[in-house]
Order: sequence, then structure tokens, then C-alpha cells
Amino acid sequence: MRKTSKLLFVLVMMVNLPALSAGVDAARQAELLHLLKHDCGSCHGMTRKGGLGPSLLPDKLRARPQALLVNTVLEGRPGTPMPPWRGLLSEQDVHWLVEALRQGKGL
Amino acid sequence: MLIAPARRSYGCFYLRRSALQARFVGWFLFILLLTGLTFTVHAECLTRGTGDLGVVIERASGSVQVVDTTARTRLFLVEGLGDLSHASAVFSRDARYAYIFGRDGGLSKIDLLCGELVKRVVQAGNSIGGAISQDGSLVAVSNYEPGGVKVFDAGSLKLVADLPAHDAKGGTSKVVGLVDAPGQRFVYTLYDAGEIRIADLSDPAKPAVQVFRNIGRLPYDALISPDGRFYIAGLFGEDGLALVDLWGSQKTARRILDGYGRGQQKLPVYKMPHLEGWAMAGREAFLPAVGQHAVLVVDSEDWQQVARIPVHGQPVFVVAEPGGRRVWVNFAHPRNDTVQVIDTHSRQIVHTFKPGKGVLHMEFTPRGEAVWISVRDADAVQVYDTSSLTQVATLAAEKPSGIFFSARAHRTGL
Repeated sequence: MRKTSKLLFVLVMMVNLPALSAGVDAARQAELLHLLKHDCGSCHGMTRKGGLGPSLLPDKLRARPQALLVNTVLEGRPGTPMPPWRGLLSEQDVHWLVEALRQGKGL
Repeated sequence: MLIAPARRSYGCFYLRRSALQARFVGWFLFILLLTGLTFTVHAECLTRGTGDLGVVIERASGSVQVVDTTARTRLFLVEGLGDLSHASAVFSRDARYAYIFGRDGGLSKIDLLCGELVKRVVQAGNSIGGAISQDGSLVAVSNYEPGGVKVFDAGSLKLVADLPAHDAKGGTSKVVGLVDAPGQRFVYTLYDAGEIRIADLSDPAKPAVQVFRNIGRLPYDALISPDGRFYIAGLFGEDGLALVDLWGSQKTARRILDGYGRGQQKLPVYKMPHLEGWAMAGREAFLPAVGQHAVLVVDSEDWQQVARIPVHGQPVFVVAEPGGRRVWVNFAHPRNDTVQVIDTHSRQIVHTFKPGKGVLHMEFTPRGEAVWISVRDADAVQVYDTSSLTQVATLAAEKPSGIFFSARAHRTGL
């Protein structure tokens, strides 16, 4: 019974993965797109074609697992200039941002 | 684009004629205007000096404003310059033209008097800035993709030399920190390979390139002292900077300020500092510390740190007023709403103010009575009087970033 509920929980979580970002309201979404363009853009380019940092265009991200991308944003990448954004961005924010990048939102 | 030169020369012709002829030509132009021919607009080329003009980059809209720093107004808006995130500018030696280096590899030449794009070439996939040679004949661009430096004829923007940035293993490297140096030289840094290179273009057909290897990890930007002697690259991967004395005969770069942040927790860096615009006061240089809320003061005689000034946030630009009496500092996200002014004599912060969110750049008028500050999120350029430290003007600008005044035409490394 317990096992089933756990499995059910995991299944529900998987189906609802996008719901993790559902808590990001429209105003916050606009803020995040602004941040993406102007602050992430200083290294990754305003058009996301890359700069000192790599390109963040949808076709470059397609093969990358969600967890890796979310983790990179939250924790940064040691040994590179990519800083950890935890503290400035919530996990919900980052899930929404990664999804926005995958969809090429705001381009 | 093709008819642009014709339009420009026509305008100048018109302005040189006598009053009577001018009136006649004026009527002719008026009639042309009535018939809807757009080229009459360009009869408005200005006849004036350019010494007090400049450009303001509007990063998000791919446009550049030509501004008058005496009247504190916008003269022209020039559009169609592509992706201008992180764009910068240099000026022709007659200070009539500005060369704009865009992120998308675009190199654009703008006529400050006519307010128009004279020529634009897309010379790479991704680039980061450029420089103009000592004699003004060559414009060099540093590129990320494909990594290297391309050199163009300043008049025609035709490619003159291509300097690829292959490292020892044959891989390519992004190029940063490109500056001009005396002797028709360009100095630049290979980000991935950790090298400084000096290219002598006295004979553009046969560039001679000198290589300094193993300068340190991830050099992210560089600067040259106003006398053209010292080239310094900041390192992101290590605490310290790499220095090459262009007057000397050294074969390796010298490490300075080695381990300046040792024992201190490095903070996440949300925006790389810029080293352009050497803040020099007497023999002391003021530099941004990477990952710290500090400005470092270094003695340029022996390159020892003489002070560490705690500031509001992580510095991005540390720029000296002409003369070096004070340095002005702006900061990285999320503290980019503030500017601090440091008195170089006492090394004290004498003024802190908040122009608004997204302070991206500061540029002084040639003799330093005013400073122009771009405030991205306010869509404004604010002008401050440097004696009273009060705001004296505001110009509307769409997401302004870099501000560049034509006095740079006559300064090494800018």
C-alpha cells in the first residue's frame, strides 16, 4: 500500500513536473524574462547565441537533461564563470526559466 | 545602402554653397521633398566640430544615438546595427566616424555629422569589441566565434588581415581584451588558451605575432595604461593579474597581485568586471576585485597592492575622472542600482548615490566636468555635474548600455 502510494506520488510528480513552475505568476515571468535577456545575456548573449558563456538556444539544450540544466543554474558550474543563482532565484523560478529556454520564449 | 554615400556628399555640397545658391538648392530640395523622395532628409548633415559628440548604445533595439555633450541632447538615432549586447565603440582619428562592435559579429561605421550608417560588415558569428590602430588606418575586431582577431581597412572596412587564435593544441580560443598599442600594434588575450599576444601590423600584409603563454587561467578582459606601456589581463580562474611591459623585452607575462583574495570567501560573480579605462591616479592604479566587494589600489612602480577599499558591491567599472582626482564605480547584479565615488587621495568613499536599476556604464566629458551614466531599466542616460555631484540632465534612451565620447579618438587603448 505504502509502496503504491509512493509510486503514485512519483507518477503524479512526473506528470505534474511543469506544475513545479506553475507557481510563477505573470509578473514574475516578466521579471525572469527581463533577467534572462539582460543579466544572463551579458555572458550568453541577448539573443542567446552565446558569448563568453555557451549558447542557450533551444536546439543546444534539447539533449540536456532537465535536472542538469536546473542544477547548473541553481548551483553554478565550478571552474567556469557560471555563478550559482540559488538565493536570487527560487527552484520554481529556475524550472520555469529552463522551460522558457527550451521553448525559446522571449526570443 | 548603396546610395548612402551619394546622399551624404550631396548634403555636404549643399551646405558649402553661397546663400543664394543655397536658397535655390533649398527650393529644389523642398520640391523633391514634396514629391516624396526621401533622400532630402540627408541634406541635414551638420557642419560643426565633433569634439564634443559621442554615441550611446541602445543595446536591445540595435540602435545608436549620436549625442551632443555640450547641449546635452540627442542629434541622431541610427538604427539597424544588429545585436548590440555588450557593444563598444572606437572613433576615427578625425573623430567624424564611430566604429561600433556588435555582439553578432557586426562592425558598423557611423557618420556622426550625418547621423547615418555608412557601412556595415558582419565579419564573424560572435564578437566582443575592437580597437583602432595608432595611425587610424586599421580597425581590429576580437571574436569569440570563430575565435581570433580580424583587421579591416578603416576607410572601406575591407578585410586586411586575419589572425586566428589557435592554441598550442590546435583548438581555437575566444579573444578578449583587444587594445591598440604604439607601433601599429594590437594586443589581445586568448580566454580559453590563457595567452597574451602582440600583433605588429606595421606591414598589414605580414603581421608579426608575439605570443606569451601560460599567463593564468581564464583571462576575461584586459587593459593598457594610457602611456601604452603596460598591458594587464584580469584572471577569472585565479586571483591575480597578468602583466606585459610593452617597453621591455620580456618573454613571459609577469604575475601581479598574486592571490589578492586569499583566505577570503569568493562571492558568486553575476557580472564580469570590465578592465577597460585604466583608473590611474598619480602612480596608483584602481582595479575591480573579482568576486569581492572591493576596489584594489596598486602601485604601478612595483605592482604591489597598497590598499583594498571596501565598496557597495562587486565592481564592474572602476573609472577615473580625467585628471584622476576621483574614481567612479558601478556594480554587478543585484547591486547595480548604485554608483560610488572614491577620492583617490584619501582613498575614502566620498559619495554614494542610486541612479536606478541597471547602471551599466559611465563616461566622462573630455575634461571631466560632467559624467554620463546609462541606467538601463530607467531607459535613460543621466548627466551629473562632477563638482556639485548633482544631476543636471536626463536623456531618454532605450535600454542604454555603453556611452562613448569622441575624445577617445585621441587616446591610446580606447
